[in-house]
Amino acid sequence: MALDKIGIAKRIAKEVQDGSYVNLGIGIPTLVANYVRDDISVEFQSENGVLGMGPFPFEGEEDADIINAGKQTITTLPGASFFDSALSFSMIRGQHVQLTILGAMEVAENGDIANWKIPGKMVKGMGGAMDLVASAENIIVAMMHTNRAGASKLLKRCSLPLTGVGCVKKIVTNLAVLEITPDGFQLLERAPGVSVTEIQEATEGHLIVSGDIPEMDI
Amino acid sequence: MIRKKVASVQDALQGVANNQTLMLGGFGLSGIPENAIAELVAMGVTGLTCISNNAGVDDFGLGLLLQKKQIYKMVSSYVGENDEFERQMLSGELDVELIPQGTLAERCRAAQAGFPAVYTPAGYGTEVAEGKETREFNGKMYVLEYAFKADFSFVKAWKGDEAGNLIFKGTARNFNPCMCGAANITVAEVEELVPAGELDPNQIHMPGIFVQRIFQGEKFEKRIEQRTVRQKS
Repeated sequence: MALDKIGIAKRIAKEVQDGSYVNLGIGIPTLVANYVRDDISVEFQSENGVLGMGPFPFEGEEDADIINAGKQTITTLPGASFFDSALSFSMIRGQHVQLTILGAMEVAENGDIANWKIPGKMVKGMGGAMDLVASAENIIVAMMHTNRAGASKLLKRCSLPLTGVGCVKKIVTNLAVLEITPDGFQLLERAPGVSVTEIQEATEGHLIVSGDIPEMDI
Repeated sequence: MIRKKVASVQDALQGVANNQTLMLGGFGLSGIPENAIAELVAMGVTGLTCISNNAGVDDFGLGLLLQKKQIYKMVSSYVGENDEFERQMLSGELDVELIPQGTLAERCRAAQAGFPAVYTPAGYGTEVAEGKETREFNGKMYVLEYAFKADFSFVKAWKGDEAGNLIFKGTARNFNPCMCGAANITVAEVEELVPAGELDPNQIHMPGIFVQRIFQGEKFEKRIEQRTVRQKS
């Protein structure tokens, strides 16, 4: 069965390494924080200027001056710090943040990503996404394998305006875990009960299947 | 001590005129110069170019200036959450330049720090880089982005003193320090304005040299855009 958003977040949480600073995008990536193992040390950065983000505050304890990049009220954990936007992007551009997890509208087999604009329809802006994808050592995309119309989001080439070129390393969807390689999307894992054929049919870009593909362990 | 204190928001906004370029601090509705925005609405200045990470919501922040059609152009990184903005942009009434958030911060900081331009990897290979100079450093491609030029910078801090020194709180800091000293005149509004000597120099986030005018804000609504909470178990 295909994963839901929480399933995707749980699988991505396993990619988070001990001792790493991680930036989480809005949407599914935000959920990842809830499922990271509690025996490892990780700090979450939010580009509006906080490192060491904690959970949402208890009711009545919200502070308008403490929010995340999604403008949600948050708390901080021991060891947290606040800083300005230039310093925040120094952390990102300077590759001090090791892992970026973000959503996408399209990913191409060469690692290009599009997630900020649908010409004539939706223009919200790129926020910090272009800085993040241009700089992070490791970029994992969290998204559904197909869009609402059922069309593949894993393409030969992106059709929407790009956010970054050749930058995505790994993709976790409701159907599969895939790695970007010079030859295309290497299928690493299947969602429980999802067949390679189903993944193949939902993938427009070049899918590389070598040997038996294990099911995700969530 | 060089005194930066002015008596009112009206005094603080002396010289603001039609068709100027303004920088405004804040991320979402957090840390926005609420009092300066209210006064800009009251003054009725038009044709403004506003450099601000976001454009407020329909009925607060820069949304108030959009409603009155006082803004000619927005320079921002993210403009969701604002229906009137979207309407004006799609109808062509409003000119919009969307740029990466880190680039926005750095173009402010470059203006503050005396750099004419900076190279950034953000946006390379995308439409953001179209028509811009690019250059390779150590095998990676970068885009040349110019420092902003602005007439006024409006920032909001938590505490400040008569010398213009500023202390920010939480994530309300965001773009505010980057915009101090990045325009011809920087105007700071604070929740608490104290006499010089009362703030510990060790704790100052932004020295008063970057601020020309400081005033005690009359009212701070500090609206929360996305109130998210968890239940006590």
